[in-house]
Amino acid sequence: MTMQQIKFYQTGTFTVGNRLLDADQRSVQANMERTNSLNSGHRACQGCGEALGARYAIDAAMRASNNQVIACNATGCLEVFSTPYPETSWQIPWIHSLFGNAAAVATGVAAAMKVKGRKDVRIIAQGGDGGTTDIGFGCLSGMFERNDDVLYICYDNQAYMNTGVQRSSATPPAARTATTMAIGAEPGNAFGQGKNLPLIAMAHGIPYVATASVAYLRDLEAKVSRAMTVRGARYIHILVPCPLGWGAAPHDTIKLARLAVETGLFPLFEAEHGEVTSSTKIRRRVPVEDYLKPQKRFAHLFGKTPAVSTLAHIQETADRNIRKYGLLEKHD
Amino acid sequence: MLKQTEGSHAIAECVALCRPEVICAYPITPQTHIVEGLGEMVKAGDLKHCEFINVESEFAALSVAIGASAAGARTYTATASQGLLFMAEAVYNAAGLGLPIVMTIGNRAIGAPINIWNDHTDSMSMRDAGWIQLYAETNQEAADLHIQAFRLAEELSMPVMVCVDGFILTHAYERLDIPTQEQVDAYLPPFEPRQVLDTNEPVSIGAMVGPEAFMEVRYLAHHKQMRALELIPRLSAEFRQVFGRDSGGLMRTYRAEDAETIVVALGSVNGTIKDVIDELRDEGCAIGAAAIISFRPFPSEALHELLSHAKRLVVIEKSLAVGIGGIVSHNLRMVLSGISLHAYTVVAGLGGRAITKASLRSLFERALRDELEPLTFLDLNQAAVNRELEREKAQRRSGPSAENILRDLAGGAL
Repeated sequence: MTMQQIKFYQTGTFTVGNRLLDADQRSVQANMERTNSLNSGHRACQGCGEALGARYAIDAAMRASNNQVIACNATGCLEVFSTPYPETSWQIPWIHSLFGNAAAVATGVAAAMKVKGRKDVRIIAQGGDGGTTDIGFGCLSGMFERNDDVLYICYDNQAYMNTGVQRSSATPPAARTATTMAIGAEPGNAFGQGKNLPLIAMAHGIPYVATASVAYLRDLEAKVSRAMTVRGARYIHILVPCPLGWGAAPHDTIKLARLAVETGLFPLFEAEHGEVTSSTKIRRRVPVEDYLKPQKRFAHLFGKTPAVSTLAHIQETADRNIRKYGLLEKHD
Repeated sequence: MLKQTEGSHAIAECVALCRPEVICAYPITPQTHIVEGLGEMVKAGDLKHCEFINVESEFAALSVAIGASAAGARTYTATASQGLLFMAEAVYNAAGLGLPIVMTIGNRAIGAPINIWNDHTDSMSMRDAGWIQLYAETNQEAADLHIQAFRLAEELSMPVMVCVDGFILTHAYERLDIPTQEQVDAYLPPFEPRQVLDTNEPVSIGAMVGPEAFMEVRYLAHHKQMRALELIPRLSAEFRQVFGRDSGGLMRTYRAEDAETIVVALGSVNGTIKDVIDELRDEGCAIGAAAIISFRPFPSEALHELLSHAKRLVVIEKSLAVGIGGIVSHNLRMVLSGISLHAYTVVAGLGGRAITKASLRSLFERALRDELEPLTFLDLNQAAVNRELEREKAQRRSGPSAENILRDLAGGAL
């Protein structure tokens, strides 16, 4: 491993731990020989959570597979910002076909590798929440049901950001988007029943499902690495804040991703064959307001007359998650 | 080997002889027997080194094929009708990416009204998607065209649709010559992809292309099809050398040398047309026919040459361009530049309506007397249509017209 002299500094979060670890325990990104699968120079916005998540996820998959990864990308921000030619940022074999078929294309690549006896080559499909929970849902469910040897990664920024911030089925209640305007009696996105893709993936009984966050990058790497030890259909759902779509400062991407976890709105867990096997405990529980307030998409909740009942409704969701996934340490 | 077999099964056997590596299947009538046959061969271990994948939709079927082909596997699927429309986005995508997938279309009507029987509306809807489209006249040709299709697709790095009339061909049993593995191996070399997802040589496939290059990429697709105009006859000639029979090519003429009237059609109806032409020839009429096998690329030069001395052109179409008439005849207009003739479009056989010898004979006789309208709907029940038009005139809420016509034809005046 190539070593780099680094200075110790306090980042205000748990990331400091990485610098104090033995070299072989450090993160993939701390390694100078990391693959930079999604290389620098792409056109993502400042503070893009998706670019960060994809970089960590794919590099971790590369390390876990001895650099034998083929990626199939859905249409969306990740595809667009990474590939204007001749400046492709992908250092790995990569294909983009359509918005709604990444999982099926990956099935095809996996079938080709199987028939050619290339068990060493691992297939990843990836897309945003629109490409995963909406238009690509049929193909994704088919891939799960057949238990095809594909790791599907959803980078969830909770709306169609590439087309200008329209609502998806992953958009949270009350959020303002270009198609759920902050006007009228019930401003923002309606309170539907939601579409929890990790739970739907678990309902298929696939061998591995996990949620991850760009605020917990070691955890994200560990989950990708774990997924790569498993054969069959696997699903990782990563929350990736979008400064543009969420109306947040680019420097708040990590902070918001962490607050989503600490409020209980985005639980971090792993599941195998449909059963939750672990969840990340919340160290410092925070009210949902702390997460919502810095985001302009929720600004209408905090006007002259705060939307008390709406906030209470969102808090209920967070509280339910905390109970459901056992997100708080038990203090007897 | 000669054997009595179903068209679909013969196609399945020929596809299997092409050593496909990935086959994706989703059921839709009337192509289902083909993939069932292939699935059985894979499951029984008769077709080795092949992954048979049952997918959840036609959109997924072609998407899986796209992934497999991009990863360097020889890939096959089949569909029809609504299935082809459901995969439409992927149809364009496969061609745009230049992936040599071979797909059978068991030609079937498009709803509504839902109809499982034969016409060409499905494949015609995808004529400009960038695929090569070959139309089989007989089951022997349908089987043979698949072997040529893989060769053609892979030489050009372009997908090929083999269009086979649903039921009329797919479900018909007749005596067919199924080639040997040695013959097919001699004709079809292993797949050497022009582009492939390879961890040793990483490439990005399917990148965003802006106005600075999009025209050139699209032009290249057209250029490839122009090359196919030369390649298709060559592959057909080579096929003859290896297999000893004529199959494929751009088009096939019948008694057309001195013909003043030329009938043009695609697919199985050419058999009936030839029978009628024989009768009329016996009676001294100068009539001949041309079966278009390659609709994309369109054999413009050959058709121009054929039609340059004709007085009449009768196009028999199994599809309807609603609001204008014919699709094939519309395409033929492009080759008529500088040729002066009477051109008649005949829409026939929609939704499986039988195209009989008697109807064709009467039609051609009228054409020979130049009594045909520019656009004719063969064997249209005009009286039933008129009664529905009357109902619509009589009351605003006249109800769904398909159901009204059915009730009318059943004799019920409810």
